[in-house]
Amino acid sequence: MRLSDPRLSEPRPLGSGLHSRFALCALLCAATAWGQWGGELRLALRSEPRSLHPALVESAPELTFRDLTGGMLVRINRVTQELQPELAVSWTTEASGRTIVFHLRNDVCFSDGAPFTADDVAYTMQVLMDPALHSPTGDAFRSGSGQLKTEVRDPYTVAIVFPEPVAGAARLFDQVAILSRRSPQKETAVLGPFRLAEHKPGTYLLLTRNPNYWKTEHGRRLPYLDSVRLEIQQNREIELVRFERGDLHLISNVDPEMFDRIAAGGKAWARDIGPTLEGELLWFNMSPSAPLPDFEKRWFASRNFRLAISHAIRREDLCRVVYRGHAQPGIGPFSPANRFWFNQKLKPHEFDLKLAGQLLAADGFHKNGETLLDSAGHAVEFSVITNSGNPSRERAAALIQQDLAALGIRLNIVTLDFPALIQRISQSLQYETCLLGLVNIDLDPDGQMNVWLSSSANHAWNPNQKTPATPWEAEMDRLMRAQASALDPARRKALFDRVQEIVWQEAPMLYLVNTDALEVASPALRNLAPSVLRPRLLWNIERLYFDKRN
Amino acid sequence: MRQAAAIFLVAIFLVLLLADVVAPYSFSRQFRDIPNAPPTRGHLLGTDALGRDRLSRLFYGARVSILLAPAAALVSVLLALALALVAAVTGPWWERMILSGADLCLSLPWFFLLLAARALLPLNTAAVTAALVTFGLLGVLGWAGPARVMVASVRRHLQSDFVLLAHSYGSGPARMAMVHLAPNLLPLLAAQFLIATPSYLLAEANLGLLGLGIPEPVPSWGNLLRELENVSAIAANPWVLAPAFLLILVVACFHLLVSADKQVV
Repeated sequence: MRLSDPRLSEPRPLGSGLHSRFALCALLCAATAWGQWGGELRLALRSEPRSLHPALVESAPELTFRDLTGGMLVRINRVTQELQPELAVSWTTEASGRTIVFHLRNDVCFSDGAPFTADDVAYTMQVLMDPALHSPTGDAFRSGSGQLKTEVRDPYTVAIVFPEPVAGAARLFDQVAILSRRSPQKETAVLGPFRLAEHKPGTYLLLTRNPNYWKTEHGRRLPYLDSVRLEIQQNREIELVRFERGDLHLISNVDPEMFDRIAAGGKAWARDIGPTLEGELLWFNMSPSAPLPDFEKRWFASRNFRLAISHAIRREDLCRVVYRGHAQPGIGPFSPANRFWFNQKLKPHEFDLKLAGQLLAADGFHKNGETLLDSAGHAVEFSVITNSGNPSRERAAALIQQDLAALGIRLNIVTLDFPALIQRISQSLQYETCLLGLVNIDLDPDGQMNVWLSSSANHAWNPNQKTPATPWEAEMDRLMRAQASALDPARRKALFDRVQEIVWQEAPMLYLVNTDALEVASPALRNLAPSVLRPRLLWNIERLYFDKRN
Repeated sequence: MRQAAAIFLVAIFLVLLLADVVAPYSFSRQFRDIPNAPPTRGHLLGTDALGRDRLSRLFYGARVSILLAPAAALVSVLLALALALVAAVTGPWWERMILSGADLCLSLPWFFLLLAARALLPLNTAAVTAALVTFGLLGVLGWAGPARVMVASVRRHLQSDFVLLAHSYGSGPARMAMVHLAPNLLPLLAAQFLIATPSYLLAEANLGLLGLGIPEPVPSWGNLLRELENVSAIAANPWVLAPAFLLILVVACFHLLVSADKQVV
């Protein structure tokens, strides 16, 4: 309270008894700058993490859990976007970029007391690259056709040898949580600021301070917070009510409607951080093994059909009506927010019903009254699945439904709980189209290897291909591998520009909007350093603290 | 009061049945330039987040739900009545079995059955089919609560003089159940029906989270009521309470009619 008193900044004569007051204030200032220890941060996950294994991160809940518990060799500072050392004090590249050598800290222990050594890094890479595990994080390391190798040079030096030179290889390790080879607790022994203390499936995960966390501040081990409680809360309205009641302290990626309301209320910390790298997109199930009728598979395999759908969608309306202006029309894998990697030549697919009609006619589609029929006379009707409990997404689906009705297409909207949706899109493939947001966690295209490689489990429209199903997917595989190996940034940029062009031309995934990062937090939470990169408010979790005067 | 309630209900039913005529717009028409608009002459209850006319959606949504939710409630209470009568005429062993079945039914996590039901349904299910499946499931699964109440009531009736008299006249089990016990359970049945109907309206909206329920763009009373989850927005947009007010009015009118019937009985 006194620190905010403007009188304290007024000039006063010395020796007036204020010395002691000033000293006390300085002390309080220092205490505030250092942070205050203790407290529990509570936030909600929108679904249960499908796995707590740090190598099996597929969606936002697993990502949040990993970011709070995992220790990485290096970390991208989400504000400066620079790479900074963490468990590795330094790193060098050898063999023209094929090898990266990490020099590790020698005074770090896992949460269970097991010492951290180069052996653990080697073990982590072995787990990531295990083909039986299907680790999405591991996909980012599969740049070449050969095997990735690890050499332990001494207990605190480890070299990762890629089959081909990898540009910016160190950045990939921002997503790799190190596992313990020796610890009996295996992947539950962690190097991050928090460790799992309690897990009640479907209800909450309680993370408590890692007593051996290596970072310190003023002689004390971080984090400032005692614990973090991750509550499973699918319904965003309830999440908002709980935030307003003070039960939850932070909501990341808030719905625009909620954000406007909270910001207007003026009681919470609320920021529109600006356009993110993430977007809402709709993709078609093009897997040959999908349990769909053959005529539907032919629709989705047709480039003209996919482009016609794209041109029939009014993206400006999605931004304005659904996202209340907190979004931009989507273009491709990267938004213009990624200034270096975004392909400036590309523009959003324009709303053009006439062009859409022409594209459909070219494939033999024709209208019978208000219904669109394919060349064999099947009425064009398909479903879009999306996750329930996300009003913006449900509204976007409703807008698209009406847009497609203008072409004579009947779109059925099906909302599913998140695990059921993931099961359908990744395992049973029992869906036609899907409306979802893909989490983009890196500025570098290497972070999207797991999406664009046709062999990847996250190649949404046709995952786990043994060989590329189409020539353009084969070209994308080649380009992605080539850009990952090229050391010249301009060459990499040219290669990835071509990938973006292919995605734009072939439209396997329709980029609808790029949303702004809308974040809200308790006004008592300090040291927040918001970023458009995930985890937006939690990336410096070890330094967040509650101002107990608030 | 009873007459006023009856007139009101008839009027409501007429308006809802004639929704195609009386609704100002189609329930799915989106006025994208005026989302979340307050009430105006053109849109008496304003528009929703997609610019759809709230009044039109209320007419259509209430029409769907006002037919199906009471039907599902009726299925539940009739099942409960049938089981209570079976318990009454077949003896204590069957009564124990039925009550145990009810306890089991109440304690089972039906969430998984509903997930399985969603998995079995094709994704391109027509809105009518989805609505029938949803309310059908609610009706069939909702018997346990009313059954416990009715079995307890039947047990009390079995001690009463009119049952003793019926026995002395040689009434068989079927006659005892249908002629002597069932009419005495009707007020209870009506009460259970009134309790179940609004809860099924809301249950239908919640089933939307599992991919069941009535899909977009078809409105239902339940999914209109879901807007009220947004508690903090209600003060700024009180007209979103219209579906809740209408629901309260309809249920209150039903109560008035039933309580009047009870006095006659």
